[in-house]
Amino acid sequence: MPVNPSGMLLLAAQSLSLVRGGRALFCELSLEVYAGQLWQIEGANGAGKTSLLRILCGLSRYGFEGKVLRHSRHLYVGHQSAVKALLTPRENLAWHVSGERHNTNQQIEAALAGVGLYGYEDVPSHTLSAGQHRRVNLARLALSNSPLWLLDEPFTAIDKTGVAELQMLLVAHVEAGGAVVLTSHQALQVRCEVQTLNLDRVAA
Amino acid sequence: MSAPGAAQFCVRLLRRQLLLAVRRPIEIANPLLFFAMVVALFPLGLGPSPEKLAGFAPGVLWITALLSNLLTSDAVFRSDFDDGSLEQLLLAPQPLFLSVLAYIGAHWLTTGMLLALVSPVFALMLNLPLQAVGTLVVSLLLGTAVLSLVGGIGAALTVGLKRGGMLISLLILPLYMPVLIFGGAAVQAATSGFPAAPYLAILGALLCFAVALAPLAMAAGLRISIDA
Repeated sequence: MPVNPSGMLLLAAQSLSLVRGGRALFCELSLEVYAGQLWQIEGANGAGKTSLLRILCGLSRYGFEGKVLRHSRHLYVGHQSAVKALLTPRENLAWHVSGERHNTNQQIEAALAGVGLYGYEDVPSHTLSAGQHRRVNLARLALSNSPLWLLDEPFTAIDKTGVAELQMLLVAHVEAGGAVVLTSHQALQVRCEVQTLNLDRVAA
Repeated sequence: MSAPGAAQFCVRLLRRQLLLAVRRPIEIANPLLFFAMVVALFPLGLGPSPEKLAGFAPGVLWITALLSNLLTSDAVFRSDFDDGSLEQLLLAPQPLFLSVLAYIGAHWLTTGMLLALVSPVFALMLNLPLQAVGTLVVSLLLGTAVLSLVGGIGAALTVGLKRGGMLISLLILPLYMPVLIFGGAAVQAATSGFPAAPYLAILGALLCFAVALAPLAMAAGLRISIDA
């Protein structure tokens, strides 16, 4: 953790402890996310990466010890793509249930083009592949005005160029004063500093 | 620009749910077909005597409407749970208890309201006296809204379970009973020429009660289901 983080505090987790199935996943874990930071949570399968992210975003409210203070709006991207197969990508983004701001058609088209779905705006989503579903979901990042992004395995099912583009988007967001917390097994190839939290090491 | 207000967000959700329903018309047709089939069974089981059927008609129509509502209430949050939309809804900055009202509103518009509107056809099939048809429609309009709200509580609590169908019936059928009693009684009263207004007023009161409290229970139920 840097000694003097320049940005404001967006999220603070205080002494989190989680026990699952009789096994302590993490114990007395504290984490402070400041604007301008990119956090990568690492750990083996079953190390509790997803559980930690669900606690941070507020989906898990019980069953753990400790406190999470959220000082800003945040956007969470989970394992599931939250894309309705019966709606087109445009409708999925325009009427998304996450309650983000209203986006104009041009903004949505630009966001979809940004994730490589130009020309797919108005086809039913059930004709798209799993990777394209992920991309529709990731287009929300470009449309969002939440300073903090919590991304659970954002690179799953995304092709190589998509991964590179997504990493550039993350860097741009961080440089614009946002913050990103993501879980991933891949090493990030980005030009900004990456804070890492390895859950294997903090495990009790 | 900031996040939309709660009312605006509800309208957005309602439009989304209605569009989803229209894109899958079989989901809209299912409860109506169920209603038609079950009502058609009664003359076969009870005998075709018109007087007998007229006597049973209020109860038969109401029980069938209730069962066809029960059939669909399991699905209110199911697909959103399966594809992860529900997680996103829970994280939305707008109050969840208002958002779920949009889901229930869409559910009622595509099941209960349609059922109430087509019920006169089936009422004639069962020889319900004409003077009671208006009461039947109004009582179903009010009553199915309560049923949708109460069913939503069961759906919210069981959405995390793979096979929640039976459990949801056990959970919410007892809560359906007051609606059935007053709904059936309203139609019965109208059939015998008594005023149905008091029963309809009680149904309206039940609706107010359910609108006020059920969304809170649904929101809490969804949070528990997602947390588990």
